[in-house]
Amino acid sequence: MSAIFFLIACSVFIALFFLGAFFWANKNGQHDDTYTPAIRILFEDDVIFDGQENEKGVDESELNK
Amino acid sequence: MTPLKDIQKEQHCFHCGDVVVKANYEVDGHDFCCLGCKSVYQVLNQHKLTHYYKYNTHPGISVRKDKSQYFYLEDEGIANSLLDYKDDHIAVVTFYVPTIHCSSCIWLLEKLHKLHRGITNTRADFLRKEVRITFCHDIIKLKQLVELLTEIGYAPIITLKDTSSKRKKKDSNRLVRKIAVAGFCFGNSMMISFPEYFGLGTFERNYAQLFGVVNLLFTLPIMLYSGQDYFVSSIKSIRQGRLNLDIPLTLGIIVLFLRSVWEILTGSGAGFSDTLCGLLFFLLIGRWVQQKTYHHLSFERDYRSYFPVAVTKIDAGEEKTVALSALQVGDRILIRNNEIIPADAILLKGAACIDFSFVTGESNPVDKILGEIIYAGGKQTEQAIELEVVKPVSQSYLTSLWNDQKNKKGQVSFQSFSNKISRYFTPILLLIAFISLFFWFYIGEPGRAWSAFTAVLIIGCPCALALSSPFTLSAVLSVFDRNGLFMKDTLAIEKMAGIDTLVFDKTGTISTLHQEELPFKGSLPATEASMVFSVCRNSNHPLSRKIVQSLQGTCEMLPISSYAEIPGKGIRAIIKNKEVLIGSYSFVVGTDEQFYKGPGTYVRIGGHVRGVFSMEQKWRDGLESLIKVLSSSYELHLLSGDVDRDSSVLSSIFPQRDYLNFNQLPADKLHYISGLQQNGKKVAMIGDGLNDAGALKCADLGLAVSDDVNNFSPACDAIMSGTSFSKFCRFLGFSKKAMHIIYWSFAISLLYNIVGMYFATQGNLSPLLAAILMPLSTITIISFTSLTTRLYARKYTL
Repeated sequence: MSAIFFLIACSVFIALFFLGAFFWANKNGQHDDTYTPAIRILFEDDVIFDGQENEKGVDESELNK
Repeated sequence: MTPLKDIQKEQHCFHCGDVVVKANYEVDGHDFCCLGCKSVYQVLNQHKLTHYYKYNTHPGISVRKDKSQYFYLEDEGIANSLLDYKDDHIAVVTFYVPTIHCSSCIWLLEKLHKLHRGITNTRADFLRKEVRITFCHDIIKLKQLVELLTEIGYAPIITLKDTSSKRKKKDSNRLVRKIAVAGFCFGNSMMISFPEYFGLGTFERNYAQLFGVVNLLFTLPIMLYSGQDYFVSSIKSIRQGRLNLDIPLTLGIIVLFLRSVWEILTGSGAGFSDTLCGLLFFLLIGRWVQQKTYHHLSFERDYRSYFPVAVTKIDAGEEKTVALSALQVGDRILIRNNEIIPADAILLKGAACIDFSFVTGESNPVDKILGEIIYAGGKQTEQAIELEVVKPVSQSYLTSLWNDQKNKKGQVSFQSFSNKISRYFTPILLLIAFISLFFWFYIGEPGRAWSAFTAVLIIGCPCALALSSPFTLSAVLSVFDRNGLFMKDTLAIEKMAGIDTLVFDKTGTISTLHQEELPFKGSLPATEASMVFSVCRNSNHPLSRKIVQSLQGTCEMLPISSYAEIPGKGIRAIIKNKEVLIGSYSFVVGTDEQFYKGPGTYVRIGGHVRGVFSMEQKWRDGLESLIKVLSSSYELHLLSGDVDRDSSVLSSIFPQRDYLNFNQLPADKLHYISGLQQNGKKVAMIGDGLNDAGALKCADLGLAVSDDVNNFSPACDAIMSGTSFSKFCRFLGFSKKAMHIIYWSFAISLLYNIVGMYFATQGNLSPLLAAILMPLSTITIISFTSLTTRLYARKYTL
């Protein structure tokens, strides 16, 4: 019956893992704004303007120099 | 309401949705109401951002803000004080942009990098109406960035407060983390306790000790981390000599813990670890619900939010931008049209026509002569003037009134219902506990005595009681929020329920300056109306557009032979050899003629003053019926900074003529309120603007009415949107009902306590009973309060 020690340890460990994940998400600011992302996800990706995206990419690499 | 056929006839601006008055702004088959809207469209079109118009129809905001108001951002020091972060290349800034209102706004703001290559990243926060912009400050300066935002209709509001103190990020996250830990412990300790609930077999009994110890380990984080707030709060309240509700809670927590430790270590029982964890978990959730306010409005605005960030200082003939904090007595400053005078100052040069509606409530602009002192808070309405500062910003008339009041507040703190109850609750609980202790000692069962004593304290722990207020009040808060009444916190609702006297301000509170039509006072024959119409069509001034709108349909276009617009004054034009003057009183009427003087746009044709497009305020919708209903249960007062020209109208609306007061200075209002309070009245001040700020703070409940909720609202307990004014009576009724709900849920939770007490005093409280009773009472209370609140909200059609 020593399995029960192992099982308790396992379950607590898993729970601790999730608690840690929650803390990380919370510290990371994932709960700061819970409304806007719901709107943001509905925007379509505008593939047509890809050219401009690249232009911006070039700008950024220039900045990094 | 406009009839349907008119709507079909009207053209709406593709950008902002306003009615198109002049049809000469057209691009790509879209009509625009003004040059501003058209140019926004062109800018977006040029950068292939027209998706903006796909997510919503007419998502734009008509651009009427003047870009030049941000001149002070050129000053490096001021600009830097606004930034959140800055290094060699990158800077981060957060702006408050009240015009964010739809998904298109978010879309466009997060695509800002396509408008300017200096902007690397933008994040919009819809509820807070904030944008956080990361940009390369060597490519785009902060001023350019702000101008870019203004250009596309998202002018950020920058106030003195942003520069002087960085907004502190309220750490509600700490509480969330505490709840997470409590939840973790609660769940796990429940799992470990299950064998105990179902009864242990002889075999499992070997593990009872193990389960107990593991359970005890779970209570440690609860005691050391999650429960901290309760211990701190209890110690504080004992020190202040007051008994708040946290004391019996803390007592319950400590007894639960000690008894569990004792039972588990001696092996005499299973302990109450799961109950302890669950108790804190629920309590913390209640606390979180109470703290959760709707933070899209700021209730802490003080005078600094009204004042400009910087002013133009004239130093040896040169114009220089200085931060307001650097302004000193003796400085010469330049105030342009529509700028606010930041400190008490003497007029040195120019014609001052000051709008003091902020300071005194008087709506007519006042002419000032050279050498006169002009108080801070006034707004120049005509051309630029020069002033010499005579008092520092922090000691000017209005700000000193503000600061005095700030010190006074806090002497009398409001006692919430649960705090009032806990004054009796704790002694009674202790009394019962000790009676049962001595009773069992007297009977001769000391073991049972201790068990009964601790059980009473555990059962008496007012968990459900502690939850009834927060859950009820936060439900009320969200109902109010939906209806355009924004409360600062849950305490404000309790204050609202206890009010018996209402004091109204006049200008901007029971009357509104925002109106659709401009009534013309005077006589204007059809041909002359056409002349005015033709002249105003040439102007982009918002007032001209309003006049055009009000005259449209009846007038024809006439040829204009000469046209000149004088900024800050009006328009001079010649039609059919007649001179047409349209504009301000001093420009049109001058000093020679005696004519009714009031806010509005005057008209003079061929040398004769024809009349005025009056901007008189009108009463808010439903004022009369509202006052009638309120007068039956409240004492009504009126305080107006205005002269008493409306007194005859108002005395027919208000029941008691004696309670109408005119010519009230901000300080008078303040004293009036405190006078009422000294007579034992619970006073609610309903006002607006800075001139009421002192009174709003002093009153038991300060309620600000605002037509544009996001823009101007002084510090207060609640902000009411102007359109919700007619609902005010229902708000008051609903807040009273909310208190009844709290009383009822208090009775219910007391019932649970009494049932539990029956077992507790006998000393046979089993862990299972505690584990069932506590969550059960909690759930009952939460569902009862939220259901009844919704029911009442429906009854009041809120």
